[in-house]
Amino acid sequence: MTPRIDTTAMDALMVRLFDAIDESNMAWVMAADRALRDAFGEALIDLVPSYTTLLVHYDCRQLDHSTARARVLVALDGLAPADTQAGRLHEIPVWYDESVGPELPRVAKRAGLDVEALIARHCGHDYCVFALGFAPGYGFMGLVDESLATPRLETPRRKVAAGSVGIADRQTAIYPLLSPGGWNILGRTAVPLFEYARRGEPLLRPGDKVRFKTISRAEFEADGGDTTPLEERP
Amino acid sequence: MSDGIVVKQTGPLALVEDGGRFGVRHLGVTQGGAADWISFRWANWLLGNPLDSAALEIVMGGGLTLEVERATRLALAGADLAATLDDAPLTPGSSFTVRPGQRLVFHQPLAGLRAYLAFPGGLTAPEVLGSRACTVRERLGGLHGDGQPLAVGDRLSWPGEAPAERRLPEGLAPHMPSAGYRLALVPGAQLAHFSGASLYRAFNMAWQVDNRADRMGVRLSGPALRCALRGMVSEGIPLGAVQVPADGQPIVLLNDRQTIGGYPRLGALTPSACASLAQCLPGTEVRLAAQGPGQAQKAHLRQLAAWKA
Repeated sequence: MTPRIDTTAMDALMVRLFDAIDESNMAWVMAADRALRDAFGEALIDLVPSYTTLLVHYDCRQLDHSTARARVLVALDGLAPADTQAGRLHEIPVWYDESVGPELPRVAKRAGLDVEALIARHCGHDYCVFALGFAPGYGFMGLVDESLATPRLETPRRKVAAGSVGIADRQTAIYPLLSPGGWNILGRTAVPLFEYARRGEPLLRPGDKVRFKTISRAEFEADGGDTTPLEERP
Repeated sequence: MSDGIVVKQTGPLALVEDGGRFGVRHLGVTQGGAADWISFRWANWLLGNPLDSAALEIVMGGGLTLEVERATRLALAGADLAATLDDAPLTPGSSFTVRPGQRLVFHQPLAGLRAYLAFPGGLTAPEVLGSRACTVRERLGGLHGDGQPLAVGDRLSWPGEAPAERRLPEGLAPHMPSAGYRLALVPGAQLAHFSGASLYRAFNMAWQVDNRADRMGVRLSGPALRCALRGMVSEGIPLGAVQVPADGQPIVLLNDRQTIGGYPRLGALTPSACASLAQCLPGTEVRLAAQGPGQAQKAHLRQLAAWKA
């Protein structure tokens, strides 16, 4: 693997490891994350891993562009993939119901499944957390079974409730906060992703795995879940 | 309790900001911080504060009214928002004393868009993920830690005593960008995927600051730029990144930008150019000027050295 390093700002470099999204990328992205953090140490301001890349924002009072570039190359020389078992597996309980997951019928219809089978399929894979972004604690996960891949809504909703679980193309995610969004919403979890993120301890981190588990309305309510239907939110 | 300054009336937007939230972008948390970080730092410098102390970022003015409860010295820098202290005009780039009962009002932008009001020792606000920067979309930081902008009834307080007066060094006062302002852009990222004609237009024609502009990003309108790249995989976005969505009109991503995104980019404005852009009113004509990373770094270090004097 030969990384490409692009100039991307006065004090930032883009390290490109791959060209396309794949679950097997994450072992390398996480290994590069560790190696770059070690190599830059105090000179690192922020490091943003994503599906195929890592953005290295360094302190330009300490390093110039060519020194930073050389440091990336040294850090990634002889890189070995990280242990993919090291990421945590999170089981996320979800109440799949049309009142809080209005796109259940749409996604099921596209897949040629009934709603029960769709739920089983969404719960049937351990999804890889590729990247965090969009909102604190929001994890982009995948890859969703090809039969469930559904394009974003033509008109995004102005408000998607916190805890909403959605699909966009072959990705799946949970909205940590009430926010606008165009994903196909299938259900809701009571897991307080934003509260974790606010403490600086996000539940989901790149390289982790997520398994969704279907629960009843009663169980969702027992977890403190908000059963207000998605479309009725003010 | 009479111990600070009370917000009597709000304008379009006033936020507690500091130097920004760092070391947490991999968690999806944005950078935040004063958009015109240069004026912000001068405001703190005028009071002898640590340069990244929390201060108020006041956008447009629009009648924001603050009532003083405790005598102190405050400092103002950045945009001229026609601020008055009991009807006497205040000049940006200076500090001034206030007495209980006086009213500080920010009227409308005469030059620039964002004024910075600094307080002795910095504004008191809870630290959230290492910063007091208020990011409304993320509900983090600010006066109460929950990302809310300044509201009527909010009481501002600060830990320091009124310092001695300090004046801006000759020739170093930040000036607000005027028409034709050249924004330094470090070329990179997906630049090579843009057509030659688009690159010519990007760097040789005038751009207008659109009214779709906020702390997340500022849209520029002008000739359409074409990029051959389609279906890009989302990647980390640095400050000042100039992304070009399908409509060909660039968006410069500022302090509250999303942490990752998938539009092709020409590169990124330098931090100083971002500070200038954050002061441009909609309709301002600007130009993009390519600058290599080495040259940009040198200019940046010169700017940082200004505060060491």
